[in-house]
Amino acid sequence: MQAEILLQMKGIDKKFPGVLALNGVDFTLRKGEIHALMGENGAGKSTLIKVLTGVYQKDGGEILLEGKAVSIRSPQDAQNNGISTVYQEITLCPNLTVSENMFIGRETGSFINAKKREKRADEILQSLGIPARGSMQLGDCSLAVQQMVAIARAVDMNCKVLILDEPTSSLDDKEVNMLFNLMRDLKGKGVGIIFVTHFLEQVYEVSDRITVLRNGELVGEYLIEELPRVALVSKMIGKDLDELSALSESEEKENKESEVLYEAKGLSSSETKSFDFSIKKGEVNGFTGLLGSGRSESVRAIFGADKVNSGSIKIKGKDVKITKPIDAMKNGIGYLAEDRKRDGIIAELSVRENIILAMQVMNGMFKPISKSEQEAFADEYIKVLNIKTASKETPVGSLSGGNQQKVILARWLLTHPDYLILDEPTRGIDVGTKLEIQKLVLKLAKEGVSVTFISSEVEEMLRTCSRLIVMRDRNIVGELKGKDLNQEQVMKTIAGGEAKNEKDN
Amino acid sequence: MKKITKKLFQGGLSQLTIPLIAIALLLIFNLIRDPGFFSIGISHNNDGNAVLAGNLISIINGASELAVLAMGMTLVTAACKGQDISVGAAAAIAGSVFVKVLKAGSSISGGTVLLAFLSACVVAMLFGTFNGILVSVFKIQPMIATLILYTCGRSIAYWINGGATPTVSSHIITAIGSFIPGIPIPTPVLIVLFVAILFKLLFHFTSLELFTQSVGINQSAARLNGINPTFIKLLSFIILGVCVAVAGTIGVSRLGLINHETLLLDVEMDTILAVAIGGNSLGGGKFKISGSIIGAYVIQMLTITLYAMKVSSTDVKAYKAIVIVILVVIGSPVVKARLSKLINSLFSKKKVAVKGVQS
Repeated sequence: MQAEILLQMKGIDKKFPGVLALNGVDFTLRKGEIHALMGENGAGKSTLIKVLTGVYQKDGGEILLEGKAVSIRSPQDAQNNGISTVYQEITLCPNLTVSENMFIGRETGSFINAKKREKRADEILQSLGIPARGSMQLGDCSLAVQQMVAIARAVDMNCKVLILDEPTSSLDDKEVNMLFNLMRDLKGKGVGIIFVTHFLEQVYEVSDRITVLRNGELVGEYLIEELPRVALVSKMIGKDLDELSALSESEEKENKESEVLYEAKGLSSSETKSFDFSIKKGEVNGFTGLLGSGRSESVRAIFGADKVNSGSIKIKGKDVKITKPIDAMKNGIGYLAEDRKRDGIIAELSVRENIILAMQVMNGMFKPISKSEQEAFADEYIKVLNIKTASKETPVGSLSGGNQQKVILARWLLTHPDYLILDEPTRGIDVGTKLEIQKLVLKLAKEGVSVTFISSEVEEMLRTCSRLIVMRDRNIVGELKGKDLNQEQVMKTIAGGEAKNEKDN
Repeated sequence: MKKITKKLFQGGLSQLTIPLIAIALLLIFNLIRDPGFFSIGISHNNDGNAVLAGNLISIINGASELAVLAMGMTLVTAACKGQDISVGAAAAIAGSVFVKVLKAGSSISGGTVLLAFLSACVVAMLFGTFNGILVSVFKIQPMIATLILYTCGRSIAYWINGGATPTVSSHIITAIGSFIPGIPIPTPVLIVLFVAILFKLLFHFTSLELFTQSVGINQSAARLNGINPTFIKLLSFIILGVCVAVAGTIGVSRLGLINHETLLLDVEMDTILAVAIGGNSLGGGKFKISGSIIGAYVIQMLTITLYAMKVSSTDVKAYKAIVIVILVVIGSPVVKARLSKLINSLFSKKKVAVKGVQS
């Protein structure tokens, strides 16, 4: 295991106003290894990556690349040193073609032959098995393909160190496998890969080594075979896993017979086919299916987020009309959107303003909530949800992903909804917060709030939901409850063939 | 003094730091150049009223139209991530309507002035609605959308009074344009104050500020929180319309006549500049109205300073540009971040030094 050391980061410090984001962190990457960087949100993974790629300037420590000290002052420096990054959010230009995106910013000479470039791009894409062509407009590709194009771009830049920051969060299983094959390929070629992800499964599938961070400090570096899952999780969150398993065992999920809260017949929007759906008071249900199966679009239709085309809706037995978000809100529905950055946070506004926003909108423009009341609400929810922020006046954009998500949760909880729709509330956030959110969902249900919970991790939905609606190609293909709520049945239903009336096998 | 420096510098640069420093520097520069520049005296005007006079007064007075327009422009900028370049032309229309209504009656009474102003308001708000619909409903970029009215606005103003530049003489109009008998402060300054208070009340008694900022920062999220971005954008243009009517009325009252070709000519660029100097992002989002007002005074002070230095009026624009380039560069995020870092490190060093002495 004495592979050649490729990259060494020693005693890295990074301060932000009011927070020590990194405190003397060491990190070592060897040639031809896949090294997972793990930690809760706010543990400092992203910060460490950004220091390495020159987005942030370190406040202390040194970086050695192949034994030589290097100074990385900008992403350009990093790239010149052979360090390439593919970020969680796609940082390419959707209005350019795939090939333009792959070669932008690294062309020499002023004359560019578009044909040649497209041909070269096609070759690379083909060799990596990416279903795209150089001449396509990037924005027309699916998110997953855009992600892979970003990787192709990085790979083609003769990188020594490839950083993948949450590359799989918008990919489905097949695409993840494709990516892993690609990663193994590159590993064989001697590239050192830093893999940041929240999916434990994936870490154990491809990684050789794990470095764990917690609260900006190094917990340790481990060989994958020396660190069982449970140990990893407890190192990440700093407490035992008993709590996690206790949650799944003890909670009473079976729904008692209670009244129907929300009922839709023939609901359809510009993004969905027509469907029926209902949820009882205090019930937790889930929509599951592969990416693009229409699960998010369905809940968006319920909330009136897209243009609603048809459907009759009853809430508590009364006919209502929901065609835009404010209608839904007035009828006691809250919606936490799938894409936190795009549809959730108002980044430059403070935590306080973000928390009270939905409630203020419901109160109307002419009944502003007083500053002191706003502060009281903000303080309350910062405490209840344990939001880690320097103060309630901190811009929400500077919080870590998990804490941003909690702020949006607080926003909706403050409106005291009867029905809360959570679309991927746990995506891209750490294990500890995931657990908190799941607990919260169950607690809300107990208090009589109906919840629709969507997650790409089936495990998580099985733990929280008492009923799962399975979707495929924008159709509801099944509904699972009781003893059918297991991974196998879900997979079968998604894969097709097994409709809900054939559940006896 | 210590408190003020602390407020200005600690925790980075506040939005108002740079415009306030700009004003301070201009003041100091003028004091050194001519110690008498800011002497304020009391003189008697033609009507025999005791009124304040002096360069400072004429600066504050002269910036009134600009300040009122800048307030409205701030709101449009914040909501729509773009600017309205038709405010000068729209003010000419509003001014023409104002005069047209005044001229319609046989004599000018308080009632007719009010009616004339309200008519100007309605017309300016209609044109604001026109701009607003293009921007919010048809999603045309604000500068392009308002280019239409910018191009044709003064022609419309020309038609309203049949191509003439009628004069209006009335003691009420004089009172609006210069002084109210018995009050030594120029009326336009009072109007600015009044409009500023109105904005303050508007933001206090409604949540327009929060909604506007939300729409400007993240329209998609704002919509999913139940805000109607189309309405907020449209509203910002309508409010700017009121500001345009006020500015047009002040402009007409100053001269006692409407000249559709020259009234508030080129004011749109100064207005946008005032918003920018005030530290507001022209890309929308968070804003401070007070910044834009200060920005308006910076521009006016600069102009008057240059005139006082006997710079010819053709050269003034070039000199102005130099100062503005400096201001805008200093206010840019890049320089601001560097300065903030520098200042913070200075402060933290001081703290360490103090602690060292104590121990």
